Amino acid sequence: MIPRPYIAILISLSVALMLNMLPLPDWANYSRPDWVTLVLIYWAMALPQIAGVMLAFIFGLLLDVSQSTLLGQHAVALVIVIFLVQRLYLRIRVYTLIQQALFVGVLLIIKQLIVLWVDGITDNAPDTHFYFLPSLVGAIFWPWLFILLRDIRRRFCTISHH
Amino acid sequence: MVEMNALFQTRASLFVRTIILVIVSIALMVADHRWNHLETLRSGLSNLIYPLRYTINIPGEFIVWVDKSITSHSNLLDENQQLKEQQLLAQVRMQKMDTLELENQRLRKLLGTPRKASERVLIAEIFSVDQDPYKHLITINKDEDDGAYIGQAIIDANGIMGQIIHVEANASTVMLISDSNHAVPIQINRTGLRGTVFGTGDSSKLELRFIPHNAEIKFGDVVTSSGLGGRFPPNYPVGTISNIERPAGETFAKIEITPAAKLEQSREVLMLWHNAPPDNYGIEDKIKK
Repeated sequence: MIPRPYIAILISLSVALMLNMLPLPDWANYSRPDWVTLVLIYWAMALPQIAGVMLAFIFGLLLDVSQSTLLGQHAVALVIVIFLVQRLYLRIRVYTLIQQALFVGVLLIIKQLIVLWVDGITDNAPDTHFYFLPSLVGAIFWPWLFILLRDIRRRFCTISHH
Repeated sequence: MVEMNALFQTRASLFVRTIILVIVSIALMVADHRWNHLETLRSGLSNLIYPLRYTINIPGEFIVWVDKSITSHSNLLDENQQLKEQQLLAQVRMQKMDTLELENQRLRKLLGTPRKASERVLIAEIFSVDQDPYKHLITINKDEDDGAYIGQAIIDANGIMGQIIHVEANASTVMLISDSNHAVPIQINRTGLRGTVFGTGDSSKLELRFIPHNAEIKFGDVVTSSGLGGRFPPNYPVGTISNIERPAGETFAKIEITPAAKLEQSREVLMLWHNAPPDNYGIEDKIKK
């Protein structure tokens, strides 16, 4: 029997991965927030004992496969971001939603920077002014996502409240 | 105190785990970039995301199905009539082609050059899933079992679309010719001038680079694949010249090409087997069956 928090985490991450691949019109595609990173940040903050760097690594590899990037490119970025969350989760938890959104925006930009850096090394870097738009949109979506995932956690993952 | 200890321990091991995973990721990236040895791993992982891809594709399929179901009888009759006419025209052309092909073969035999290998095609459908918006990639629903291989040419009814870059589980990733990392060896049909067409990252135009100012080239020239390099079969349309600039002081002309294939509209594409590359014996055997 798989514990319920694991199921909630895996299902929410799968849905996030689907949202990352969902076909959208061009303008929306350029501003699509990185749902997988957002959901991982939430779980790493809420249930740090379960959602750690290993989970980030695995879903990073899945992102690499789904977006045909180098294997390890999203993985390394997600591992570093989730490492930061795990170091700081006690602090993030007491932030207000707005402060959290700003912090998450910074994390999303760090993630994109690492991906961009690898793209730059392999001569793949896109030539655009809107590269970081997804991070901004992601930060704007954060409060709603936080509330949604918190409700899911309260409903399915009560085990973790000792 | 126990609580504190546990906290510090997890912190220390968190750091170690992070470092290990970062090193593993970097090793994976280097291996993937330098030697392309990770196709098996990629294909294995893609098994995990296949159900997700499949689910996302359902609404698109459903819309197509509804569209098909509610098309009225008279529309279908019209379409049928049109298709019959097109078919007739195509057949007339084919008759001519057959004769030409035979003549070509006869002439080749006379010249002693080997006969051109015959080509085989298979229809593949595009998965409606989005990839990185800054890369021009599409996912199609054919994999190794169907004979797909890395480097395989993908075309549509109008011309060359791109080539397969990853073969995954029940799917393959295709890089379109408009991706800024893609290049096709070409020739100008009218003059036989050879060159290389590069993607620009904009699906409505390609770029013909490294052509000197004085080259015989003009607006409207048809550009076809030259078959050099062995990736793409020769004589498939790539596009037409849509703009030529000869900036003074620069070595090469700036030449834009409008792609012949409908890079953004096709829902079905054709996979093409011509001379399969020598490192794909297994696949070649499968094709022959």
